[in-house]
Amino acid sequence: MADLTLPDPVTRHDTGHASRPRHRTRSVTPLGEKLIEWTLLACGLVSIFTTLGILAVLLVEAVGFFDEVSLADFFGDTQWTPLFADKHFGIWPLISGTFLTTAIATLVAVPFGLLAAIYLSEFAPARARRILKPALEVLAGVPTIVYGYFALVVVTPLLQQVFPGLAGFNALSAGLVMGIMIIPMVSSLSEDALHAVPMSLREASWGLGAARLTTIFKVVLPAAMSGIVASIILAVSRAIGETMIVAIAAGQQPRLTLDPSVPVETMTSYIVQVSMGDTPTGTIEYRTIFAVGVTLFAMTLVMNVLSRRFVKRFRYGGTR
Amino acid sequence: MTVAPPAPSVAPSAAETRPKLVSRQLEAWFGDNRVLKGVDMEVPARRVTAIIGPSGCGKSTYIRCLNRMHEMVPGARMAGRIELDGVDVYGPDVDPVLLRRKVGMVFQKPNPFPTMSIRDNVLAGLRLSRRKVAKTEAEAIVEKALRGAALWDEVKDQLKKPGTDLSGGQQQRLCIARSIAVEPEVLLMDEPASALDPIATARIEDLLHELKERYTIVIVTHNMQQAARVSDQTAFFLSGELVEMADTNTIFTSPGDRRTEDYITGKFG
Repeated sequence: MADLTLPDPVTRHDTGHASRPRHRTRSVTPLGEKLIEWTLLACGLVSIFTTLGILAVLLVEAVGFFDEVSLADFFGDTQWTPLFADKHFGIWPLISGTFLTTAIATLVAVPFGLLAAIYLSEFAPARARRILKPALEVLAGVPTIVYGYFALVVVTPLLQQVFPGLAGFNALSAGLVMGIMIIPMVSSLSEDALHAVPMSLREASWGLGAARLTTIFKVVLPAAMSGIVASIILAVSRAIGETMIVAIAAGQQPRLTLDPSVPVETMTSYIVQVSMGDTPTGTIEYRTIFAVGVTLFAMTLVMNVLSRRFVKRFRYGGTR
Repeated sequence: MTVAPPAPSVAPSAAETRPKLVSRQLEAWFGDNRVLKGVDMEVPARRVTAIIGPSGCGKSTYIRCLNRMHEMVPGARMAGRIELDGVDVYGPDVDPVLLRRKVGMVFQKPNPFPTMSIRDNVLAGLRLSRRKVAKTEAEAIVEKALRGAALWDEVKDQLKKPGTDLSGGQQQRLCIARSIAVEPEVLLMDEPASALDPIATARIEDLLHELKERYTIVIVTHNMQQAARVSDQTAFFLSGELVEMADTNTIFTSPGDRRTEDYITGKFG
């Protein structure tokens, strides 16, 4: 470690100043500037410590849970019935419920969101883009409870006319509506990524005799891929963590299935069910929500780490 | 060069006399702004034709009309006629995409595709136009194009590296290689050396002397010395009009128009 030559922080500080000659017009004293720096640092630390605090609570309670229930039961059992007399603690039914609704949402959001982004960035006249993009983003501002009701009282009855066997609570309706909810995340962020691709690359492609669509799919999309993948990952994480829509429209029956027509329970809606019920604190039933919470946290963490690697791999040659 | 020139469509003697590109009363607009005001010009085949003129005189717009790139800008339109080998390039049967395979373009700023390796950049024109090439043939095309752009010796051992890893001058030669890999007949160059240092510029200029044996080249340049060094013919544009066009020697020694003389002697511009 001693062999490592680190850049001299003092020199770096000076070069920073050289490129930004602010001493001449300086209205803040060095002490004042330090104070601002510390305040900004403190603001950043608040969120970090909050996250660490949440993680600590989750872990402490989850450790209490795993004192009573073995990991083998947690990952080995196929039933989740902690609130019944015959208690089973297999997490898979909740994971499958989450997976199912998220997968349906992703199947809706990725094609629609991406095509909307391509239209907005590559085809829409400037005026249409100025109106349509914010309009689409309004979708993201609709409270999720409204989406939940919409899924339950509008989408499910409509779907039942097409699929008569559909249960009143089901993963399909919740997943579809959740997909609509996350379309703006995919479209808006992907559109930003596409729009950031320099015009010169499109012109280079056209100049070589590539058609407009070929240019979009072979040149513009690959150049924007890191941003597009990031937008999809973000949207999927949002779907995994989404609570209200699934709690209202997908049901509360933990069931190990990939059948979208029956009620399922996701990890998030289970947590709602227990938190809102009259489960006494300190009991094993109460502690289950922390075990589920840790699992949820671990899943989104893994996704975030994977996405970072994925994004790096696509950034071939960088954006220089 | 061991490369055979692309077969001329007409007999060589006729090709010498007939201009490769002709524009008649060419006008172009950006929105309401008329940037070309009726340009009549003839570009000879297998020669370097330089277009000089002050900023905003319409010289870039002019060459962007030649390969129908101008119409890709929202709000842009044109009027008049452009002929390539006697065929109206704005005619109803002409696919602009196919036209641009015949009339290639090199831009002001080097713009290699950032997601592609050096090799893939050279092959991009073929791939993007969905032409299938066998692997051995692809290698031959890559080497030929990179040699044609005087870049082969510098990059032959690093063809898998991203094109954007090269220096600015190398990137621009990569862009030239990419353009000539599709074997166009005309190469349009929009200030190809303006973003490069003097040494890299000199290399590009040397390259032009070799390229004109096979291609018709139209180069827009800000730099009058460059025009004098590289071109056979020079056209002087001012405020959207072609003031005069003649042999480069004539333009720089005894221009026919007062405004040309004022511009090349540095009285304005």
